[in-house]
Amino acid sequence: MILTLAFRNLFHDRIRLAVTLIGILFSIVLVAVQLGLYLGSSREITANIENAKGDLWITAFGAKSFEDGGMLLTQKERQAALSTPGVKSVAPVFSMFAEWRKPNGGSSRVVLVGADAEDNGIAPFNLVEGTWDDIKAPEGIAVDKSYLSDLGISGVGSTAQIANGRVRVRALTNDVRSFTQSPYVYLPINRARALLDVPSNVSTFHLVTLEPGADAESVRAEIAKRVAPAEVLTKQEFLNRSLKQWLFNTGAGAALIGGALLGTLVGTVIVAQTLYSSTKDHINEFATLRALGSSSSYIYKVILAQAGMSALLGYALGMAIALLIVYSAQGSALPIMMTPELAAGLLALTLFMCAISAVSAIFKVTNIDPATVFTR
Amino acid sequence: MNQMSPPTGRKPVLQARRIVKELGHGPGMVVAVKGVDITLVPGELTLLMGPSGSGKTTLLSILGCILAPTSGTLSIAGTPTEGLSAEALATLRRQHIGYIFQSYNLFPTLNALENVRIALDVAGMAGPKAIERAEQALRDVGLGAKLKSYPANLSGGEKQRVAVARAIASAPSIVLADEPTAALDSVNGHGVMKLLSDIARTQNRSILVVTHDPRTLGYADRVIKIEDGLIVSEERPVHKAAKADASKAESVLSAPSTNEQANKSKSGGKGRGKSRSERRARTNGQRIQ
Repeated sequence: MILTLAFRNLFHDRIRLAVTLIGILFSIVLVAVQLGLYLGSSREITANIENAKGDLWITAFGAKSFEDGGMLLTQKERQAALSTPGVKSVAPVFSMFAEWRKPNGGSSRVVLVGADAEDNGIAPFNLVEGTWDDIKAPEGIAVDKSYLSDLGISGVGSTAQIANGRVRVRALTNDVRSFTQSPYVYLPINRARALLDVPSNVSTFHLVTLEPGADAESVRAEIAKRVAPAEVLTKQEFLNRSLKQWLFNTGAGAALIGGALLGTLVGTVIVAQTLYSSTKDHINEFATLRALGSSSSYIYKVILAQAGMSALLGYALGMAIALLIVYSAQGSALPIMMTPELAAGLLALTLFMCAISAVSAIFKVTNIDPATVFTR
Repeated sequence: MNQMSPPTGRKPVLQARRIVKELGHGPGMVVAVKGVDITLVPGELTLLMGPSGSGKTTLLSILGCILAPTSGTLSIAGTPTEGLSAEALATLRRQHIGYIFQSYNLFPTLNALENVRIALDVAGMAGPKAIERAEQALRDVGLGAKLKSYPANLSGGEKQRVAVARAIASAPSIVLADEPTAALDSVNGHGVMKLLSDIARTQNRSILVVTHDPRTLGYADRVIKIEDGLIVSEERPVHKAAKADASKAESVLSAPSTNEQANKSKSGGKGRGKSRSERRARTNGQRIQ
């Protein structure tokens, strides 16, 4: 009967129910979009690191992210790492911002990602057209197909200029977008060095692959001693550092999380207001229940059931709209993601939000005087 | 006159001693109940009558464990209420007391059956057993054909009968009714009082009705009069009114439920209410005289 009474109380006033659901829906959509953007941005920031095959990253001291590696490393660090017991291979990786000159005029910034796939380091991923062998051909590069118009090109076969040299698109990736909005350009490492006119022995990172069974922590410590002042980071540490740089040092992540918190707050306030108002309208019924001998917890359960039902309905509607937005944003500059974990987290958040919203209503019924049933 | 002695041979279900209730504080303080003793026993319908402001509803609230007395003692089914927490008092209410309110206090969003079921649910009874019990309670009050009707679609008399069904469904030993006929016309008022009178007798409940409706007098086993917070008289009336109004009340109880009429016809036209009514009038006469 608790659910029946809660359901009837909820649907008794359709306008108030609509207001409640709109409040939850608004909140869910806002939080879903904000957290979806956060997740999408995180994925963009970490995609290259996630797809790299190595175990440890040797970076210049204080390197901030994959795109901003700081001072260039030399063969000295690579040799030091290679001579460390437990190290199987060390692949140089070149990553640097560069100027892309469009065929029809104008320019744009890109991030050159120079690496040789054969080195067991970074290779272009999500290739939908062309292969690594195509990229290795003269002037060959790979870009993401979603950036073709931004780069002023039409697809495979198009040519453009990066810094000192001409490049030709020979492969396309899909859904490899850049948080910095500077598209990634994948190419062999020596071609990247040549385009930017840097010595052929320098690189931004060295990607270390360990021998099977090697103790990562001790190998890491040994390499760190040998390459100092360069740093040796695990994949997770480098991921975190990149996320920190782009999401928090720039304030973008704080804005996204702040937006999500604001959405939660707005939703909580709206649901709290409508639940309180509903409880106030039904206060005589709750007083009657009390007079009939119901325990306080029985009445709390009715209110919490109302809150839970509002949460589930609002969540269903909100998620439907959020999924529509996520679907519409695919391939656009808005990297909104929806994962099963995020969907489950949003459900938990909605239930929590509605439970918190019920506090004011519960406080109201806690003070019910059952004697009011005789004064109506 | 404030020392009410219980009828012999029956164990009291409610005993109140020297109940005092002060309302408000300081110079505006009013003593609504001034040292009342009252005892209720099973199988009796007791009227608590008095003018407005005499303290009868306050006393009813105290007897129903809804309002705490300023002083005095109250025990329900042998359990003293003094010092009990609000939750413990609520437990006593749901175990031993059924309420009937002047304004019915039905849940507008629940139908008649659900209004009764919720009282059972509060008492911890759910599932098919609760449905069966609620249906039976509604059939007992002549609303077998209106189980699915919502309060908005019921007449005042029918609403009050739903309230009666709700009060008796969980088989409490005490039923407290606050002006149950005040919002009803004469026919429905008699119908409800006849119902309460029958319940007291046939189900061995103790029913206390707060009223200032003289139409109710004929149904009472005992009439307690209260004025200015004091009990001024207690009588055991002769039931002329009940006899006079028995047929009128009977028609109210049987009229709305076409299903039940059909059932009665099937069983050879033996109206349960009618025979009980006649039996009741006869029994009252014997006992009081």
